[in-house]
Amino acid sequence: MFLRSTYNEFIKIASKPRSYLGFAAITLLVGVILFAMKMDGLSFISFITGSFEQTLSFEGNILNGNLIGFIILQMLVIHIPLLIALVTGDLVSGEAAMGTIRLLLTKPVSRTNILLSKFVAGCVYTLIIILWFAFMAVVVAKILFGTGDLMVLNNDGLVILQAPDVTWRFLSAFALAFLSLATIATLSIMLSCFSENSIGPIVATMAIIILFTIINTLDVKVFDSIRPYLFTTHMAAWRSFFSDPLPKREIIQSVVVLLAHIGIMLSIAIYKFNRKDILS
Amino acid sequence: MQEKIVEVIQLSKHFGKTIAVQDVSFDVYQGDVFGFLGPNGAGKSTTIRTMLSLISPTSGEIKLFGKSLSNHRNEILAKIGCIVEKPDFYKYLSAEKNLEIMGRISGARITKSKIHEMIEFVGLKGREKDKLGGFSHGMKQRLGIAQTLLHDPELIILDEPTTGLDPQGIIDIRNLILQLSKERNKTVVLSSHILSEIELIANRMVIINKGKSMVQGEVKTLLNSEDLIVQFETDRTADAKAFLQTKLENILIEIDEQLLSIHCTQEKIPSINKMLCDQGFQVSSIQSKRKLEDYFLKLINQ
Repeated sequence: MFLRSTYNEFIKIASKPRSYLGFAAITLLVGVILFAMKMDGLSFISFITGSFEQTLSFEGNILNGNLIGFIILQMLVIHIPLLIALVTGDLVSGEAAMGTIRLLLTKPVSRTNILLSKFVAGCVYTLIIILWFAFMAVVVAKILFGTGDLMVLNNDGLVILQAPDVTWRFLSAFALAFLSLATIATLSIMLSCFSENSIGPIVATMAIIILFTIINTLDVKVFDSIRPYLFTTHMAAWRSFFSDPLPKREIIQSVVVLLAHIGIMLSIAIYKFNRKDILS
Repeated sequence: MQEKIVEVIQLSKHFGKTIAVQDVSFDVYQGDVFGFLGPNGAGKSTTIRTMLSLISPTSGEIKLFGKSLSNHRNEILAKIGCIVEKPDFYKYLSAEKNLEIMGRISGARITKSKIHEMIEFVGLKGREKDKLGGFSHGMKQRLGIAQTLLHDPELIILDEPTTGLDPQGIIDIRNLILQLSKERNKTVVLSSHILSEIELIANRMVIINKGKSMVQGEVKTLLNSEDLIVQFETDRTADAKAFLQTKLENILIEIDEQLLSIHCTQEKIPSINKMLCDQGFQVSSIQSKRKLEDYFLKLINQ
């Protein structure tokens, strides 16, 4: 019954027009960046290379698909949560708003199963969005700009990664980005269990992300103790895969914190959903 | 002895300080068309939602098919088909897809041909590929019935199934319920705030008001013709009452809003009318209504 229920959730997501907004937005945004880079990418890159040009000389195809993919990933990964929440925030509350939750919950499927079906479907949707993002940001960029060594400016300075060493880093980075976005999906599903309308959980999800991001960026001691436990702190952990040597401990820590968030928020969602009186 | 399909035992549901349902008890037997009657806000929907595990009770117990709903939820729900208030569906999907989705989690194996059979049964053939966004309330109600019957349930629960329907739609739903009961031997629980609707369809009923069950039993017994209140409009009401009290023994005669109210059987009406006319009273109108109807109207107007 769980598989049948999950299949139903896929059909519902695939049939909703709003589910395609994310794909359209990613295509448009990445398309705009790719166009801009094609037109004036070298002057954009000179911002990065400018401070090193007196001491280093850069040869070869610097403005390559790997670099463009990295730039796009950095620019857009903070915007994708909205596209995810738009669909996952509606999974439970949308049913309540439409009245279909009455039909759904009078079927011989446990509420836990129904919620887990929605969670799995939401995660698969997130995965597909991430795969599309990866295709647009890396594959299309490589087709348009070719491949080459990846030049990354991080806290330790300029890191140059050999072209053959980049693919697995991108795959790992997208996998971690998926885990971050799955955390957002779980957050919005949890909030969706507390609401009877679709907009509330979506807005609340974004409000929480903004609040936590502000706490992350505010260099104030009072937040030092909570900062390591906020999921937003670990949402940028994908960047660690472009460091050399690889900070394995930090990456594992981020994975654990994100998984813990998913586990806790999913448990709260199941608890609430099982005790919810359906009055809509 | 008939098998009990539904047993509602001292059911109560409180929402904070608001008491929605208080100590409601009733039984529904195999093959019953059971009317659940009460004015709007009486607690009918809360009771029905509790029977379907949409709402958890504050106290009391619900048994369906002899098993506790709280312990055997999925097993019980697999034998029930229902419409709770409005028949809401996924607007962005077609009628056929909606039934596919509901059939997939109904606990039975639902084939495409079964879906098409139900669509035809409720008169929606030709509209199965249309999205629900363009369906009228009546069409959605028909689809709701199709969804209810899709997995061939033993018990059908319909919460105000005729609300918002046109007269033809009401007749169609009524005939359908009777057909399900007589031809397919289904047990039907039907809520309504219209006494005449219950009277036409149900064999047993309970009246609920302000969260409490007021009266229950066989519809025929409760609506017995001996329980008629006949109102005579005469030129001299008080004199007519005094006259009839000398002629009619063991019959309650009252004056209600300038009308002579007599509690009697249908057969007595012509003879009472003749007595009054022979005595020179001018009878300008005779109206009869049942005690239960009067009682129900009082409930509604309280």
